[in-house]
Amino acid sequence: MAGSVLGSFLGGYVFANPEPIDLAASTITDLQALGINDFSGLVPADLISWEALGTPAGLIVLVVGGFLVGFGARYAGGCTSGHAISGLSDLQLASLMAVIGFFIGGLLMTYLIYPIIL
Amino acid sequence: MKILEYLKYLIIGTVFGFILVKSEVVSWFRIQEMFRFDDIHMHGIIGLAIVVGIISIQIIKRNNIKDTKGNSVTIPPKDASQWKRYIIGGSMFGLGWALLGACPGPMFALLGSGITVMIIPILSAIAGTYVYGMLGNSLPH
Repeated sequence: MAGSVLGSFLGGYVFANPEPIDLAASTITDLQALGINDFSGLVPADLISWEALGTPAGLIVLVVGGFLVGFGARYAGGCTSGHAISGLSDLQLASLMAVIGFFIGGLLMTYLIYPIIL
Repeated sequence: MKILEYLKYLIIGTVFGFILVKSEVVSWFRIQEMFRFDDIHMHGIIGLAIVVGIISIQIIKRNNIKDTKGNSVTIPPKDASQWKRYIIGGSMFGLGWALLGACPGPMFALLGSGITVMIIPILSAIAGTYVYGMLGNSLPH
């Protein structure tokens, strides 16, 4: 954990890429329609910043989002690296079910719930 | 030597964190792009990681390769009959993953890259694991 923080400090701060992320044009169009304006960093400052924490959308993203990730990872017995990468690499049926779950939740959030929050 | 033992983890973690940021998988934007199936970026990275993982695990299993302490590498299988926990728990994780745009590893990587507000979802995620610990037995598995 300390190592990954150190490594990301080197990769994301000391040797940070000054360019915005080269996103698919259709994603940018969709997100602009939802009201995301700042595409400059790794995350949108509209939602993920100390200033955003004071807004209803930012509060939901940071607090509820974090809670669901923690609760869901324990409930499902693994996260992206545990199930999607390690579990599927070991050809585990349980991990395939978990990854299907990840996408059920992710698609619901992206297409149904995010448009309500933003 | 205890210090050298920890140094090994620190070096692997540093490489992991560096790659998480440089491959942009820590980006909320990339997660949105992934769930919209607009680009192969995330699917390609995760898919390639799985291919490398399958080959690596097969090599380890078939040759009975030992870890650095000389112990066999064993991966305990998950109980696939507990499908409810994988589908329901997985869906809850997916909701959080798409909402926050980060899973547990990238939360710490984003913190390290200078986005200090990530301490809030990190604390919130720890609270989530704690609440699961309290409720776990009463949930369907």
